[in-house]
Amino acid sequence: MQNFTPWVSLIGGAFIGVSAALYLLAVGRIAGISGFLEDVLKPKSSGFALAAMFLIGLPLGAVLTRMVAPGAVPVVSLDGSKLPLLIAAGLLVGFGARLGSGCTSGHGVCGLPRFSGRSWIATVTFMVTAAATVFVVRHIL
Amino acid sequence: MRLLTALLSGVIFGIGLTVSQMVNPLKVLNFLDVAAIPKGGWDPSLLMVFVGALPVMFVAYQLRRGMDKPLLAANFSIPSRTDIDPQLVGGAAIFGLGWGLAGLCPGPAVTMLPLAGPALTSGLIYSAAMMAGVAFAAAARNAPAKAVTA
Repeated sequence: MQNFTPWVSLIGGAFIGVSAALYLLAVGRIAGISGFLEDVLKPKSSGFALAAMFLIGLPLGAVLTRMVAPGAVPVVSLDGSKLPLLIAAGLLVGFGARLGSGCTSGHGVCGLPRFSGRSWIATVTFMVTAAATVFVVRHIL
Repeated sequence: MRLLTALLSGVIFGIGLTVSQMVNPLKVLNFLDVAAIPKGGWDPSLLMVFVGALPVMFVAYQLRRGMDKPLLAANFSIPSRTDIDPQLVGGAAIFGLGWGLAGLCPGPAVTMLPLAGPALTSGLIYSAAMMAGVAFAAAARNAPAKAVTA
């Protein structure tokens, strides 16, 4: 198993769990990032300010990690050489996540542990199509 | 106080995505590359992220049962739908297709920006496209209702 990082990924996962748990128990809402992205497009919606604050916090968390533990920050390797592909991927991710009412955070982190049937079906579906896409791109094309 | 909690939650989430290395799209793509399993090149790290996160959320839902309302709000707002409609499955399938192409789901796409270095331009273009996709979906959802009223 190449580049497997079991411990840091486990610890990072626990942070994500604590974040979603805090948001649920204190604010009473689901920490779904794609939902936040939609909320910030509607400045008059009730969730606008909460969503904006959460989204601002994400890159702040990255910066804070780099300040406190620079060794824990991975190199970000994003292939930008095929721009149309990158744009298509972004469009599909944003459109699909909202059409399907959630992404890896809302359906995965928040939906699976409350045994939501919709979230289990969504998570299995996007895992399968994502793996199939990687298979086609890496091994067939 | 609620807004500060939202900011704090976002910061903790961002730390989690960074420490777990999920801000690196290549890492996610190496997890999704299941053909690498028999060859020994598979990276199951993303699985460990869920192993770390899900039990914490499971406990949170148990705690929630004993609460009349959240600590800082008047009521819980948790999805209650149980129907499996084509939008759910189709949307998830489309999301997975895009996720498999770039390796960036919404959380990491936003979190990685200050860490992107030379990939910052690509990251910003990706995030802009993602926001456009979100806007299209919101518009598509509202369009039938408008058509009826018009």
